[in-house]
Amino acid sequence: MTDEQGTSGAILVVGGGISGLTAALEAAEVGNDVFLVEKNPCFGGRVAQLNQYFPKLCPPSCGLEINFKRVKANRKIRTYTMTTVKAVTGGPGNYDVTLEIAPRYVNSNCTACGDCADACPDIIANEFNFGMDSCKAAYLPHEMAYPRRYVINKAALSVAGAEAVKAACKYNAVDLDMKTESVKIHVASIIWATGWVPYDAAKIDNLKFNESESIITNMMMERMAAPNGPTQGKIARPGDNKPIESIAFVQCAGSRDENHLEYCSHICCMATFKQMTYVREQYPDAKIYVFYIDLRTPGKYEKFREARMADKNAVFIKGKVAQVTPEADGSVTLVAENAVTGDKISQKVDMAVLATGMQPSLSIQGAPVALNLDSSGFVISDSEKAMFAAGCAKKAADVVTTTQSSTAAALKAIQVSRR
Amino acid sequence: MSKTYGAYLCSGCGIGDALDLEALGGIVKKEMGMECKTHACLCGNEGRSLIEADIQGGINTVVIGACSPRVMTREFDFGDDKITVRANLREQVIWTEAKPAEGKEPHKEAIAFLNETAADYMRMACTRAKKTELPEPYKLETINKTIMVMGAGIAGLTAANEAAAAGYEVLLVEKEEKLGGKAAGWRKSFPTKSPWTDLEENPVDALIQKVTTNSKISIKTGIEVARIGGSPGNFAVSFKAAGSKTEWDAPAKVGVDEQEQIDKGLKEDPNAGLQKYTEVDPQATIVGSVVLATGWKPADVSQFEHLGYGRIKNVVTNAEFEQMAKAGKVPANVAFVQSPGGAENDNDFPYCNSVTSMVALKQAQYVCNDNAEGKAYILYQHMRTPGHMELFYKSTQQYDGIFMTKANVMKVEESGGKISVSAENTLLGEDLTLDVDMVVLAAGMEPVTLYENSINLAYRQGPAFSDLGLFDGYADSHFICFPYETRRTGVYTCGGVRKAETIEEAIDDATGAALKAIQCLESTDRGVSVHPRSGDATYPEFFMQRCTQCKRCTEECPFGALDDDAKGTPLPNPTRCRRCGTCMGACPERIIGFKDYNIDLIGSMVKAVEVPEDDEDRLRIIVFACENDAYPALDMAGMNRLGINHMIRFIPVRCLGSVNMAWIRDALSAGMDGAMLLGCTYGDDYQCHFVKGSEIANKRMENIGDTLSSLGLESERCAAEQVAITDYYKIPQILNDFVERIVEMGPNPFKGF
Repeated sequence: MTDEQGTSGAILVVGGGISGLTAALEAAEVGNDVFLVEKNPCFGGRVAQLNQYFPKLCPPSCGLEINFKRVKANRKIRTYTMTTVKAVTGGPGNYDVTLEIAPRYVNSNCTACGDCADACPDIIANEFNFGMDSCKAAYLPHEMAYPRRYVINKAALSVAGAEAVKAACKYNAVDLDMKTESVKIHVASIIWATGWVPYDAAKIDNLKFNESESIITNMMMERMAAPNGPTQGKIARPGDNKPIESIAFVQCAGSRDENHLEYCSHICCMATFKQMTYVREQYPDAKIYVFYIDLRTPGKYEKFREARMADKNAVFIKGKVAQVTPEADGSVTLVAENAVTGDKISQKVDMAVLATGMQPSLSIQGAPVALNLDSSGFVISDSEKAMFAAGCAKKAADVVTTTQSSTAAALKAIQVSRR
Repeated sequence: MSKTYGAYLCSGCGIGDALDLEALGGIVKKEMGMECKTHACLCGNEGRSLIEADIQGGINTVVIGACSPRVMTREFDFGDDKITVRANLREQVIWTEAKPAEGKEPHKEAIAFLNETAADYMRMACTRAKKTELPEPYKLETINKTIMVMGAGIAGLTAANEAAAAGYEVLLVEKEEKLGGKAAGWRKSFPTKSPWTDLEENPVDALIQKVTTNSKISIKTGIEVARIGGSPGNFAVSFKAAGSKTEWDAPAKVGVDEQEQIDKGLKEDPNAGLQKYTEVDPQATIVGSVVLATGWKPADVSQFEHLGYGRIKNVVTNAEFEQMAKAGKVPANVAFVQSPGGAENDNDFPYCNSVTSMVALKQAQYVCNDNAEGKAYILYQHMRTPGHMELFYKSTQQYDGIFMTKANVMKVEESGGKISVSAENTLLGEDLTLDVDMVVLAAGMEPVTLYENSINLAYRQGPAFSDLGLFDGYADSHFICFPYETRRTGVYTCGGVRKAETIEEAIDDATGAALKAIQCLESTDRGVSVHPRSGDATYPEFFMQRCTQCKRCTEECPFGALDDDAKGTPLPNPTRCRRCGTCMGACPERIIGFKDYNIDLIGSMVKAVEVPEDDEDRLRIIVFACENDAYPALDMAGMNRLGINHMIRFIPVRCLGSVNMAWIRDALSAGMDGAMLLGCTYGDDYQCHFVKGSEIANKRMENIGDTLSSLGLESERCAAEQVAITDYYKIPQILNDFVERIVEMGPNPFKGF
C-alpha cells in the first residue's frame, strides 16, 4: 500500500512525544506536509506519564491538549500510531520510507464507548503505570489518550475474552484478525524524536531495585503521585500501603557512572525536588533524605531548589549511595559516605526512590536505518543526509530544551525541501 | 453565506439508551426549526454518508448531537466552507449523569432531568449554528516577508543564517561596529561532539563569514532600533545611530491616570520631544517579523564585597579572563570561584545557569595549557555539567594542574603581591587557603532585557515585553511547553535574552526562533492566527460607531494588539492578535466579536437554555468553561462517570478573558439561578495559555458581585474557580458544592420577569 499524500517537501517525524509533536506542528504550521509516526497506541510520550512539570508544578496534559488540538485542526499532518520505521531508501530530499503498522485489533470504527473494556474478562499489567496496577486486555491507555481509540492486547486475550470483546462492540470495531501492515511514504527529510526510556534500575546491582517493593524509580513516583495513576495519587509504600514517615531519594541512579550511563541525565535533580513537593503535600512531617553528587538545578531552577532546601525535615547528603539493603519489615537501609564530612552514613527509611536517568530509546531498540548514533546511542544530526535529531533523542534534556530543539529541527527539515 | 441547516443525533455509545431521541429530535424541529435525523453511529461510514448526502443536497450548516467536540474531529470535518457545531451529549450529558448513592433510589425524575439537559445542549448548539458565520481571513494588503534579526552575536548570526537558508530575506542589525557579539572575544568553545573532551575552535568567525557572504542577508552595524511600529507582516522600523537619541525613539508607556496628570501639568511627560507612538515614520524600513537576539551583559559582581572585585587588582570576571586568554597567555596560578555565598548559601552567582561551570573548566585548561607548571583551583558548590558535558568535566579532572573541590569561599584578600583565597568546608575535610596570581569570579550572564526595552515597540502598552519581572528579566511568557512565544506576536527571542546559554545551545535556540519568525509570516500571509489558536481564521471585529473610548480593550489585551487614536478609539492590529477574545470580554458596549464567537452568539446560547419556573429541582446554573483546560477536564469527569449536578449547563469559551459580564447578566435576568467561570490557574505560575485571561476574568467577577448586590441578588450566585486540566476528579465536587449553595439561597427571585 502506498500513501499518496507524500509530497516532495514532506517531513517524517519519528516519535510522537512532546518533541515529535512539537517538531511536527511547528513544521506543519509553516506549511509543510508532515508524517508523524508513533510506536505506541497514543501520542504524548514520556511527558504524558508525568504528574507535574517542574518548576511550575503544572500538569503536562495542559500543554499536550493544546498540541493535540493543533494536530487535529491541521490537515498538513498525517498521524500514525503503533507504527515504526522499517526501512529508508533513497537520499536527502528524496527518501522512500517503509512504515510498519502493528495490529491494534481495533479499527477506525471505534467510538471509544468503552464497552469492550467493560466486557473483557482478561487483565494485564498496566504499562502506562509501569505495571503498578492492572488494566483490561482491551483498554484505552489513559483518559487523555490521543487518538482516543481502544487497543487490544491480543496475546493476553483468552478464548472467552476474545468472544466477549467482539460481542460487546456494537460498531464492528474489534478485528482480531488484523495483520501487520506496511505503508510506503515519500519524504524529503527525517526528524528523529525517538525520545528516551528510564534507565533499567535492575541493572544497578547495589541498589537492589528488584529485591524490594519499597524501592521504586522516579518515573514510578510520577505515576503514583498522578490522580489517574495506580493509587489515584496517594503516595504510600507499595506492597503494604504504609503511609510514609521517611523516604530517601537516590540521585544519579545509573547516571554519571561509567558502568551505566556515562553522561548526566540533566533532569533528575529537578525531578527529585519536584517529587519532594508531592511527598510534602501528603506528609507534612515525613523525613526526606536526598543523597546526591551535585545538585544540578542551574539558572532559573535555583529558586525552586532553594525553596525545597528550606524544608526543615529534609536532609541533603553529598554522597553517592553505595548500598541499599531491603529490611524484613519492608523498610530499606541506605549506606553512603558523606563526601564533605567523610562520615559513613546508614539511613533506614520506609521507601526509596531511585532517580534513574534517561537512556536514548534508540540505544536499546537500535536505529532502523544507517543513522549516526554516538557512543551512548544519541542521534547525531546530519544536515547533508537530511536526518535531524530532536529532543531527548539528541541529548538528555528538560522539556523546555526539548521543545526548543524540536522547533530548531523543524526548520532544518524545512530547509531541505527548499534547497 | 445563506445557511441551510441539518441537525443529526447519534444514538450510539449509549446515547440512544439514555435519552428519548425522538422527543429530542422533535424539540430541535419544533423549537429550532431544523430537520433532525437520528443514526445509530454517526461517526461511522454510514452515519457520515448520511450527512454528506444531505450536504450534497444543499445543507451547509450541520449540528451534531453526539460525542465531545474534542473527539472525531476529522470524521465530522465537512470542509472549510461548511459550519459544523457539536453538542456534547455523550461526555457531558449521559456520562456525567449523577448516579444515586449506593442503596439509594434515583430521583424519580432523573430520566426527565437528563432529557432536559440534552435538549438544552441541542438548543444551544442549534442557536450557535444560526449565529455562526464563516470566517473571512484577515489579509494584509501587502505582506513583507523580511525577517529582522536584532543583535549579531552567535544567536543573531545563526538566526540570520538559518532563516536565509530557508529562503527568506534577512536584515541583520548590530549596534556595535563589528559582528560577533560577546563570542568574538572567546578563545575556545566547549566540546560539542564525541568524545566530549576536547575544546573546539570558536565557530563565530566561520559564522560571520557565512553571513557576510550570503546575498539574502543585509547587514547594518553601528545601528540601533529606535522604534518598531506596525504589526507582523508589516512592522515599520526606525533606525538610529547606536547610542543616539531621536524623535523616533519608542515612547514609554503612559497609563490613563498618568496621562491625566500630564495633561494637568502635574507630571512631566516622559515622552516629551518624541513622536507619538501611532505616528508613522516616513523613513521607516518595513519588515515582516523580528528575532530579538540582543544578548546579555556580564553581571556586576562588586556587590559581593568579600570577593574583592573592583577593590583588588587581579580579581576578574570570567568574561574578562576569557578576553585575556584570547589576547595572550593567562597567569599560572588561578583560583576560580563559582559561588559567592560563603557559608550562607550555596547558590551559584545569579544568572549563571550551567554555563559558568563549563567556563571554569575551559579556563582552568587554559591555565595548564599556557603554563608548564600551571595550577588552577576550581572552588564550587555544585559542578553543573549536564548531559555529555559530564565527560568534559571528567576529562578536565585528569589534568594534573587542575584541582577542584566543593567549598564555601569565605574571603579573598591581597597578601604580599599575591591573592589569598580562604575557603571552608571543603572535600579535603579541612579549611583551605590558596595563594594565587589571579581570582576569577563566575559572573552570571544578565539578559539585556533586564535593563532596557530592547525591542522598542511603538505600542500603546509600551515599548518592552510585559511582566518580565516574573521571569527574572527573561522574555519567557510560556515557559516550559511553548518557550518561543512572547507577549508580542511576531517577535521571537533567542540566545542570552532568554537564558544563559552555551554557544551550542544558542545555535539551537536561534534556529528555533528563526522558525517561529518564518511561521508567523506564513500564518499572517494565510490570514490565520499563530499559537495557541494556530490556524484560526477568525479575528475580532469592532463596531466602532458605538465605542465609548473606555480603553478597557486596549489596556487588557494580553498581547498589546490594540493601539488607540488621540480620542482613545481602539486601532486594531489583527496580525498581532492571538484571538483569545479578551477585548471582547472587556468591552462594556459589547461591540467586539468574531464571526463564530461573539456577544450575541454566546448570549443567545445562554438564552436558549430553558429556565423552568417554580421548581426547586430545576434550577439552572450556567458555567463558562475554558475550552483549553476546564472543558477537557469535564470530558474526563464524564469518562470517569464522576457525576455532575443536572442543573448545570456548560458553555465552552476561548479563554475566561473573553467572558463578557453581559452574559452573566443575561443569564441571571433570564431567571437562571447562578453562574460560574471555570478556568485556569493565574498568578506567578499561571497556566492560562493567553497569560492574563484567567486573571482578568477573576477581577471582573469581583466587580460583578457588587453589581448583583445592587440589584438585590446575592453576590454568591456568581463564582470563579481555578482548575487544572487534571483536576477532573475535583471538579464535580467544586460544581456540586456551588449548586448546593445556590439551592440554599433558593431560586433567583427575578425568575419569570
